[in-house]
Amino acid sequence: MTAALRLTNLQKTYRNGHRALDGVDLEVAAGDFFALLGPNGAGKSTLIGIVSSLVNKSAGRVEVFGHDLDREPEAAKRCLGVVPQEFNCNNFEKVIDVVITQAGYYGVPAAQARAQAEVYLRQLGLWEKHQTQVRELSGGMRRRLMIARALAHQPRLLILDEPTAGVDIEIRRSMWRFVEELNAQGVTIILTTHYLEEAEALCRNIAIIDRGAIVEHAPMRTLLAKLNRETFVLYLQTPLAAEALRESPYPMRALDAEAVEVELREGDDLNTLFRWLDARQVRVRSLRNKANRLEQLFLDLTQPATAPPTAPGVPAAQAHA
Amino acid sequence: MSAPAAESTGARWRRYWTAFNTIATRETRRYLRIWLQTLVPPAITMTLYFVIFGSLIGERIGPVAGFDYMAYIVPGLIMMSVITNAYTNVVSSFFGAKFQRFVEELLVAPVPGWIILAGFVAGGVGRALLVGLLVTGVSLFFWDVSIAHPWIVASVVLLTAILFSLGGFLNAIFARKFDDISIVPTFVLTPLTYLGGVFYSIDMLPAFWQQVSLANPVLYMVNAFRYGFLGTADIPIAIAYGIIGLVIVLLTGIALVLLERGTGIRT
Repeated sequence: MTAALRLTNLQKTYRNGHRALDGVDLEVAAGDFFALLGPNGAGKSTLIGIVSSLVNKSAGRVEVFGHDLDREPEAAKRCLGVVPQEFNCNNFEKVIDVVITQAGYYGVPAAQARAQAEVYLRQLGLWEKHQTQVRELSGGMRRRLMIARALAHQPRLLILDEPTAGVDIEIRRSMWRFVEELNAQGVTIILTTHYLEEAEALCRNIAIIDRGAIVEHAPMRTLLAKLNRETFVLYLQTPLAAEALRESPYPMRALDAEAVEVELREGDDLNTLFRWLDARQVRVRSLRNKANRLEQLFLDLTQPATAPPTAPGVPAAQAHA
Repeated sequence: MSAPAAESTGARWRRYWTAFNTIATRETRRYLRIWLQTLVPPAITMTLYFVIFGSLIGERIGPVAGFDYMAYIVPGLIMMSVITNAYTNVVSSFFGAKFQRFVEELLVAPVPGWIILAGFVAGGVGRALLVGLLVTGVSLFFWDVSIAHPWIVASVVLLTAILFSLGGFLNAIFARKFDDISIVPTFVLTPLTYLGGVFYSIDMLPAFWQQVSLANPVLYMVNAFRYGFLGTADIPIAIAYGIIGLVIVLLTGIALVLLERGTGIRT
């Protein structure tokens, strides 16, 4: 099966000498829901910029559904839709005109484009605003407009570069439902996001990019299975004695009088932990994962070994975002 | 949901036409939407020129090249408004697209550089011709229009509008801030236009300045246009067409190379 996107030895060095991509090889299968993750400055946006023809590559090859972006740029571009990270619509155009105009660039006749625009604007909850000037839209509406615009020509591959940044949770969830439906219809989705729990919930395959190179590329399930430790925060009804803390067979530290942090490694299980606590008459009121599993892996792969630990109470992904 | 795997030649050209039409329509919609900024000011400015230079001062100047001063300057003033509006429309529109970043909509789409260029030039030409018609309409209050060679009038105004739309496009490609889109019109275009024989015949200049004036491309356009109206010009009409054509080819070539390289629009 032809890959939706294949990058071969992709390199980019900016004029100021900054090497943003250092020979990236990546393949995304047709129909996949793929996460491309990385800390700020890792090269994600440069990579997407090159695929979108907004950034000139220094070397390497980009193929979209088998069409080489250098040799068959029009065929490659016809397969591709992009929702950029930064807002880039004409503020003085009406919402519907933004979508129709974009479709026109792909050769979609105006009447067909109008019908298609209505479908997507309705699905994304923007139809009531279709005669409104773009500059009057809220941040969340602008994000949804960019999705509708990217779909104007019905692409086979949709790249979403942090599409939910700054969007409230209700709209974010409705956007994900919409994108999941697109994927179910056969559209390949490539997603970058700083909300790692979303990537974990939505994506089947994942690549992590750091300092211009792919440091991990695997199915989400395989990657998560690699995680050999998980940290839980336990909220206690009765405090744990200092002596018990020292004797604990698990790495454990008190956060305050009623909360402890416990690290479970491969082979450990919660039942054994609870039995150990039970034996010391400690009752657990509730517990939570300290960090999302993907977040933990992400940090393992992208943080230098010497980096200081994340500040207590600050979610790891937020510290990176 | 899928784009067709292969595209026939006919389908490709239909796609090109739709893309061109989309850009040109958007450009036209833009200058019509802000007509108070784009169409009214040149009509008012040229009315003032007609009143002051044509009626008030012109009556004291007497005939130039055998024509009333008003009749002599009207073709030049129409051409001046065409030049200014063609240039201004494209430079501000394309720079605006860069500034607001919606030029990216075009860059991600399968639109070849020559269609992008043609679309923006079509917008510039449309506005220039509309303003030219408005100014011609205003001029009818001041002189009895006579057109010696209608086809020359039509072709010269069209070619000039194309040439300066291309100039505006190149300016916008290199522009990084708003100052950059006003430098050329202020310091290059305006002097060239005023010294391009709009208000005088170069025969009135000393021999040295006549030769210097021949290096000014605007002179050829103004004179060719005037020839179309009055049947007289300071320079041979064939040379004027040759120079206009040459500059158009040159500017088109440069613009296409820059678009291909992504100068000013891709990092």
